[in-house]
Amino acid sequence: MKPQHRSRRTRGAAVAITILLNAVEAVAATPTELLAAYRQAAGVAAVPARGQQLFATPQGRDWSCASCHGALPTQAGKHASTGRPIGALAPAFNAERFTDSAKVEKWFRRNCNDVIGRECTAAEKADLLSWLLTLTP
Amino acid sequence: MIAKPPSTRHHALLAALAGLMLAAAAHADDDARALAAPPLPRYQQECGACHPAYPPGLLPAASWQRLMSTLPRHFGTDASLDAAAQNEITLWLDQHAGTARKVRRNPTPPAEDRISRTAWFVDEHREVPASTWRLPAVKSASNCAACHTLADKGDFSERHIRIPR
Repeated sequence: MKPQHRSRRTRGAAVAITILLNAVEAVAATPTELLAAYRQAAGVAAVPARGQQLFATPQGRDWSCASCHGALPTQAGKHASTGRPIGALAPAFNAERFTDSAKVEKWFRRNCNDVIGRECTAAEKADLLSWLLTLTP
Repeated sequence: MIAKPPSTRHHALLAALAGLMLAAAAHADDDARALAAPPLPRYQQECGACHPAYPPGLLPAASWQRLMSTLPRHFGTDASLDAAAQNEITLWLDQHAGTARKVRRNPTPPAEDRISRTAWFVDEHREVPASTWRLPAVKSASNCAACHTLADKGDFSERHIRIPR
């Protein structure tokens, strides 16, 4: 969804976000920066509760996010078909998470396709990340 | 032919045995060498995120090509890559495909291009009972390390097998 009119400042921020989110090469970021970028791109506030629901509920296919990441993403998960260990998803429990925008975009693309059958919207990504950031030790 | 005293015959037999053992060791070495392709960090990182980074020598080039060109539909999941990673990994797999002795002997692509569907894989695992495959610690034929304790180093030798109970 694109607003019809934008101030120059908003346009500048939007360009920065596009660069951050569309980078193919690794671009270092913090989880909070990425959340801000997704929220900007979505144009609406992020809702952690909606992110939690998206994470836990199957979306009409075999898997939910929790199938591989575990019911509580504060702990390590296990790939649902290969059994490969997967490090905790919540950034407070795994410092590597959400620090490389290209990697984040790659996994959102693949995993949303697997779970929902389409790519996630910026709003869904913002919801999800905002919920993950509420999980602290 | 001149009859040899028993001790000489004994020596000849020992030498023959030693020769056989050396030949067997050479064969094993051959496979170990073939499987140890120079590692590609990108392969480990991308493919190894979901399953063991299988030695490229274990599948013929045709199988790797097919797998790499259908990554968005990879055994039921989206494993798509960006173009740079896709090209780098495809090239490396192609260079090191099919080097294992058993694959050189029969380079026919297995069903679904699954390593677990090759004739040699089925044969080598014929003594593993169905109940073992179903164990939570095993779960899938892709979980090599469940029994092959050094699988991540490309070492699948019998010496390092420990089957969970």
